[in-house]
Amino acid sequence: MHAIEAHGLTKTFGETRALDGLDLVVPRGSIVGVLGPNGAGKTTAVRVLTTLLRPDGGTAHVDGIDVVADPRRVRTRIGLTGQYAAVEERLTGRENLELVARYFHLPPDRIRGRAAELLERFDLVEAADRQANGYSGGMRRRLDIAMSLIAKPSVLFLDEPTTGLDPRSRLGMWDVIEELGNEGTTVLLTTQYLEEADALADSITVIDRGTKIAEGTADELKDQIGGDRIRVSIADPANAERAKAALAPLATGPVELDAGSTTTMSAPIRAGGGVVPQAIRALDDAGADVLDVEVRRPTLDDVFLTLTGRRADTDTEVGA
Amino acid sequence: MTATETPIDTLIDVDAPPSGIGPALADAWTEARRHLMVIPRNPELLVFSTIQPVMFVLLFNYVFGGSIQIPGFDSYEQYLMPGIFAQTVVFGSSFTAVGIAEDLSRGLIDRLRSLPIAQSSVLVGRTLSDLVRNAFTFVVMLAVAFLVGFRFGGSLLGALGATALLLFFSYSFSWIQAFIGLSIGSVEAAQSAGFIWMFPLTFVSSAFISTDTLPGWLQAFADVNPFTVLTNAARALYNGNDPGNELWLAIAWATGITVVFSTLAIRKFARATG
Ligand SMILES: Nc1ncnc2c1ncn2[C@@H]1O[C@H](COP(=O)(O)OP(=O)(O)OP(=O)(O)O)[C@@H](O)[C@H]1O
Ligand SMILES: [Mg+2]
Repeated sequence: MHAIEAHGLTKTFGETRALDGLDLVVPRGSIVGVLGPNGAGKTTAVRVLTTLLRPDGGTAHVDGIDVVADPRRVRTRIGLTGQYAAVEERLTGRENLELVARYFHLPPDRIRGRAAELLERFDLVEAADRQANGYSGGMRRRLDIAMSLIAKPSVLFLDEPTTGLDPRSRLGMWDVIEELGNEGTTVLLTTQYLEEADALADSITVIDRGTKIAEGTADELKDQIGGDRIRVSIADPANAERAKAALAPLATGPVELDAGSTTTMSAPIRAGGGVVPQAIRALDDAGADVLDVEVRRPTLDDVFLTLTGRRADTDTEVGA
Repeated sequence: MTATETPIDTLIDVDAPPSGIGPALADAWTEARRHLMVIPRNPELLVFSTIQPVMFVLLFNYVFGGSIQIPGFDSYEQYLMPGIFAQTVVFGSSFTAVGIAEDLSRGLIDRLRSLPIAQSSVLVGRTLSDLVRNAFTFVVMLAVAFLVGFRFGGSLLGALGATALLLFFSYSFSWIQAFIGLSIGSVEAAQSAGFIWMFPLTFVSSAFISTDTLPGWLQAFADVNPFTVLTNAARALYNGNDPGNELWLAIAWATGITVVFSTLAIRKFARATG
């Protein structure tokens, strides 16, 4: 049984097909990144999976429970941190946590204990008894996530958890998410940040216009568009053929001299690293005096561009 | 990092989420408590929401007090004040629309809807806490009315009955406002949408004048206006007169509005924010 299993989800708002046959399978205990530009349908997908929105079509199960048929039971298993930090501004951090704990009908000492635990864990002890309207964006986000963890959900949904955070808070948030993943919580996280999905997620689902356009680990996605490329410069043009021959076994495609150059060549290689030392050794053995070796790893931006013809952060079409 | 299979020890039993009337009431109380805790921390809002009715009491009393004679009442205060009380409690219900629109736009409604609680609890808690707020405003206003010469003309029991009737009406209107707040979602829009229609409702009525003075078609509206019914019943009780049928009619209106609009609002809530 998977933590999340959705098939053919559709949802239309007026003319907009927010979800257009979305499939999503998330194994238990993994962190999945749902990556897509503005309006791709990320929030809509999260809202359907967290029982807030009824899909027009398709099926979705969370922890094996049907979100449409049995929303109440689904809600016992999930935690939701929406796109906008949902905290009660005029209550303190502690009161916000206790509020949610009360809703879960925990016994009184457990309410206090759980709130204290989470304040500690999310580094909010000092701010615990201050009203949340004085919190920084990062603190508010941490409180927001803490609130969704009160009952120890087995599946946690985070809708753009780092949008609007400064770089330091973002890294802090990454640690938190990573740790939850290590503890066995299944995390579905949506993001527009390519490096975020790359850093956190065990697997990434790229969605655009309400459907999945690619899926896999960051490395797999990069391989889909040709993987990494190695680029080698040597001192003497006379050694070019020898160098090409030395690189050939490491390459996944032809080794070619760069346009207009007699000493710089590049080739596609498999993703995953380890190629540079091998390349240097091979070139040395072949007697080609190496000046420079670099490996360019495609970013998820490149992936998105290749898959959709658009950059992830804008809506402008780039070429065709 | 690879996927682990460590089971998560959820603190609540998936197969037996709290259900039934007991937990639902507890949830409603949790929600009401949240709003009640916030009220004293936002004193500006409380002060301004109290100033408005107090100002109405003073303005109407001193501006119109000398010029309006109502047959059967020895002073305009005795006629006017119950009308202002009624208008105030009904206006006060608009806080419900604004509060819900605020919770919607801040994502709090989403958070609450993702919890395994009775969906109706959120609105029941909200309307009950607004009732408490309106009762507070009412007490302040009543004190000011006493200062300008208003007196209970009948028994204390009658006055308590009138007050209970007014607050019941206010409560029923909170459900209309809950429905409006859920339908609109934006705080600014809810502010006007919750308020604007109450002006004709309360002014084209017997609250400030005797409806006999109105032109025919307006008078026809004023006479069937539930707000007129409410005002007349409360006015009779505060002055020690017999409210007659209007008492039962007023109770029937408040009950009907509560039943219809709580059903609509709770249904809307359950599939809110499409
Ligand atoms: N309640 C709604 N009413 C009308 N249209 C909606 C509604 N919710 C979403 N949409 C539309 O559906 C599409 C998908 O929206 P969604 O919010 O799921 O995208 P998203 O990927 O979360 O975008 P963002 O990165 O901006 O948060 C968008 O075109 C959006 O305008
Ligand atoms: Mg979104």
